Amino acid sequence: MAERSDSEEVKLLGMWASPFSRRIEIALTLKDVSYEFSEEDITNKSSLLLQLNPVYKMIPVLVHNGKPISESLLILEYIDETWRDNPILPQDPYERAMARFWAKFVDEQIYVTAMKVVGKIGEERDAVVEATRDLLMFLEKELVGKDFFGGRSLGFVDIVATLVAFWLMRTEEIVGVKVVPVEKFPEIHRWRFELFEVSIKTKTTSFWAVTEVLTGVNGC
Amino acid sequence: MADEVLLLDFWPSMFGMRTRIALEEKNVKFDYREQDLWNKSPILLEMNPVHKKIPVLIHNGKPVCESLIQVEYIDEVWPSKTPLLPSDPYQRAHAKFWGDFIDKKVYASARLIWGAKGEEQEAGKKEFIEILKTLESELGDKTYFGGETFGYVDIALIGFSSWFKAYEKFGDFSIEVECPKLIAWAKRCVKRESVAKSLPGSEKITKFVPELKKKLGIE
Repeated sequence: MAERSDSEEVKLLGMWASPFSRRIEIALTLKDVSYEFSEEDITNKSSLLLQLNPVYKMIPVLVHNGKPISESLLILEYIDETWRDNPILPQDPYERAMARFWAKFVDEQIYVTAMKVVGKIGEERDAVVEATRDLLMFLEKELVGKDFFGGRSLGFVDIVATLVAFWLMRTEEIVGVKVVPVEKFPEIHRWRFELFEVSIKTKTTSFWAVTEVLTGVNGC
Repeated sequence: MADEVLLLDFWPSMFGMRTRIALEEKNVKFDYREQDLWNKSPILLEMNPVHKKIPVLIHNGKPVCESLIQVEYIDEVWPSKTPLLPSDPYQRAHAKFWGDFIDKKVYASARLIWGAKGEEQEAGKKEFIEILKTLESELGDKTYFGGETFGYVDIALIGFSSWFKAYEKFGDFSIEVECPKLIAWAKRCVKRESVAKSLPGSEKITKFVPELKKKLGIE
């Protein structure tokens, strides 16, 4: 049980559907940090959000004892450095550099490319699906011989890549294309299943809420 | 055992400059290997298979990619009296926020200044100036972005200053007029040995731009 002084104030400005916001909740929950969640309407941004993140005006924003931190990958690192139980990033500098590399890859390459599927049809869509699969193949190879990207237990890249497990793979029903077929990506499917197992075992609320949505689909 | 440090780089790259500066700041001896980006070497393709880009830092045979990740790695592996990043988590997050901002914003708009024409170029120029002004306001009256000591955010941005004269020439404007404090900051940084050693001269960059445009197939 992490120590928490009564003067600790942790608030998260986020959005239920955002994978960037959810990943922060996962990290806080894994570290047993109590926080107040404030749902933002991104079509009608609160003055608090605009004040706390004037540069990008985006969620998530973590506010710790009145001080705001934005950009989800930076928030994750801040959380890891501030609440030391259940470390998310590895200790070794090389492993840390690799974790940062893959996290950046998920957000700047996979996410950006995959988002282009939305609203496209026919050949254009096929091209984007192919491009997304090419990128996912790098992640597939990273998982070989490991339970999680973090090794034996969940780490930084796993938390970031919930974007792939819970969003990208979820949109398959919406766009009608299996972007991540199990025949091509057995490791990613296996890893995704292990993520569900962790969420059920640890009863991490954020996982739970997401898996509730997903358990209706293909029984997994 | 002696450390073996290789840097695969391309001389005009403002990203490569970051890694050079960080290594120099830490007095780390490294083997600089100039890369031909239009004829990529086997080592580059092997060490950065995902992006096939420079800079690549290879430490005892193991590659680290992405310049700001390299700077942080260098700071962690060769800790010294003068760390590049603050130790306080909030200040670290703050520094990395600005490094990330520079990564997201500066190159894309600057490229339109030398790489585009007409309306597109004007739009790029306008955005570039706005971005520099945001950075200038973050700098404020401090000596460096981190305060009194040269560090991560300065390293993230200073390489672009070697391209300033080129931007001014192709964009027909004066950065000093728009952002005098930033120019003053750049002059301070360039006095540091690590920076002076790592940045090419402005004239060399300006001469290089037409050649670069030709290589990229831009008129």
